[in-house]
Amino acid sequence: MKTKYIGKFDPLKDEVVRVIDKDGKVINPTLMPKISDEELIKAYSIMNLSRRQDDYQNKMQRQGRLLSFLSSTGQEACEVAYTMVLDPKKDFFVSGYRNNAAWLTMGQPIRNIMLYWTGNEMGAKAPDGVNSLPPNIIIGSQFSQATGLAFAEKYQKRDGVALTTTGDGGMSEGETYESMNFAKIHEVPVVFITENNKWAISTPTYEQTKSINLAVKGIATGIPSIKADGNDFLASWAVAKEAVEFARSGNGPVFIEYDTYRLGAHSSSDSPDVYRPKPEFENAKLYDPLIRMKQYLIDKKLWSEEKQVKLDEEQSAHIAAEFAWVEENKNYGIEDIFNYQYSELTEDLKEQMNEAKEFFAKYPESKDGGHH
Amino acid sequence: MAIINSIKAVTEALDVAMERDPNVIVFGEDVGLEGGVFRATQGLQQKYGIERSFNAPISEAMFAGVGLGMAMNGMKPVIELQFQGLGLPSLQNIITNISRMRNRSRGKWTAPLVIRMPMGGGIRALEHHSEALEVIYAHIPGIKTVLPSTPYDTKGLILAAIESPDPVIVLEPTKLYRAFKQEVPEGYYTVPIGEGFKIFQGNDLTVVTYGSQTVDCMKAVELLKASHPNATIELIDLRSIQPWDKKMVIESVKKTGRLLVVHEAVRSFSVSTEIITTVNEKCFEYLKAPLSRCTGYDVIIPYDRGEGFHQVNPQKILVAMQNVLDYKF
Repeated sequence: MKTKYIGKFDPLKDEVVRVIDKDGKVINPTLMPKISDEELIKAYSIMNLSRRQDDYQNKMQRQGRLLSFLSSTGQEACEVAYTMVLDPKKDFFVSGYRNNAAWLTMGQPIRNIMLYWTGNEMGAKAPDGVNSLPPNIIIGSQFSQATGLAFAEKYQKRDGVALTTTGDGGMSEGETYESMNFAKIHEVPVVFITENNKWAISTPTYEQTKSINLAVKGIATGIPSIKADGNDFLASWAVAKEAVEFARSGNGPVFIEYDTYRLGAHSSSDSPDVYRPKPEFENAKLYDPLIRMKQYLIDKKLWSEEKQVKLDEEQSAHIAAEFAWVEENKNYGIEDIFNYQYSELTEDLKEQMNEAKEFFAKYPESKDGGHH
Repeated sequence: MAIINSIKAVTEALDVAMERDPNVIVFGEDVGLEGGVFRATQGLQQKYGIERSFNAPISEAMFAGVGLGMAMNGMKPVIELQFQGLGLPSLQNIITNISRMRNRSRGKWTAPLVIRMPMGGGIRALEHHSEALEVIYAHIPGIKTVLPSTPYDTKGLILAAIESPDPVIVLEPTKLYRAFKQEVPEGYYTVPIGEGFKIFQGNDLTVVTYGSQTVDCMKAVELLKASHPNATIELIDLRSIQPWDKKMVIESVKKTGRLLVVHEAVRSFSVSTEIITTVNEKCFEYLKAPLSRCTGYDVIIPYDRGEGFHQVNPQKILVAMQNVLDYKF
């Protein structure tokens, strides 16, 4: 397959695919991908929605109405880009835990995401026809699952692709290398992604690796590896689109490093002000993917401040309505903790479920006893 | 019916399953051309091709996770770990992903894969090759764990594991791979997961065991005739330890009033702990003697020179049976 990006940018020289600069100006017109205006607006709309949802959820978490959650703030461009190029019906997205914008793009309803962050497993269940797996808290493991999903696609002679992502911290896990190694041996259609957001909780990338970048970590396995500006939606989309087509066409796996930045906290429970240098953060804000994309669209006459106000209003109302639904529906019955252990309830579990039912029928208030 | 040993029964089970369903594939370290360290998969690559029986790179965490991905996407991977003690990196995925996938996705994704591994001592192996860690697997909700002791059960349980919609761990006692032969039906049959097997019927003592200790227990029952000619022993081979045949054990203890649990794994926090606790809860008023066990000691598995001290053997079991039978309040 003829490529425009893969194999053309050398990770060993730290070359980066970038189309627009921090002000949304096109600096590399030859790298501009073919993407429609409608798709650009749709992408920006999802990026905006995810950012607003993060903001809203932060407020709810502060009020104690939501558990700790992991925001995608700052990483929306690459997340929307790489999931937009998938077919959610036949491709697989094997996520990490910080993938809000990607989940939305795959078709996961906001209420599901919020349900998950209130502690209800039902939220991890994607709607029918959406191949988006539950958040993976154990970092690195999503790489092997995606490899297996992709292996099955190839083995069963279908043309689906599995795409998976982890952070810069996740790239220190042995399983990510092991999975890329296996995927290349079997030439399975999987796209591995690392969103290098510079911080794994409070550990900076430079304490995580002495490699020149993370993209080089794919090279040892023989996988074509490439680095792109993850805050540049156009570059992110271009590389992801080509990578998915590359894998789908039977060329084996691809590894992408997206250079991005986590503008928020690791989770809503920590404060990055403790460990993150202020000048670094202030500088990173200049590269905010939403600002770059918005300016690009305005320059292209596809967007305006009026449209922005309208979009914000619509999305805010939608987010609030979804959360209202979640607050009404976040709890579940005793059966739900037993029913999904096995394909059928074992005799033992039936006995334990009945024991629980009898106990909570007698002492209904004690259900909340574990929380302080 | 052919007369075969347990290792051949493994091969036959895989052969039958692969013949029936093209989505069944086997992989693991060295399982391809050579057929694995114990030759359990010998001949499968030649018969079904490198796509269906192949060597995996040495990275157990990864290939357990890869197996999960395959299983979620319509395949039936049967993964071989070389030895239980060497396969511990796979626990990461067994515990955190494989056992939980059905639950965490509320049934949207399931993990019907099989992980097989040789386990247990008594084969004069090197360090890390003789572990009996079955309780780790039995402790994890969401997976099932079987532990066959005969060629017949080995084939039937592996086929049941492959048929199961839940992830199943198959622990194969290394010591029994070539210890004896048995008539095994050709073709497809299953041994239900969770059902024990009564080797001997008896009225005076229930002995519950599994794995390679079934053979030791049978020898001990024979030896007991010299000192207790009138005592009859009900010997139960559990075959599955999660779920285990609680009903069979409880009914038996209600009849005999005495229980001895035998396993080579270390004593504390073990399968015997679980069985004894359950029997205590369910048939306390039937008991004629304290609930008892004969197990390995709570020590790191000794190397070859010391392994004999640690391994359960017929003499140890005999003494344990005599103590229970002779107990007076």
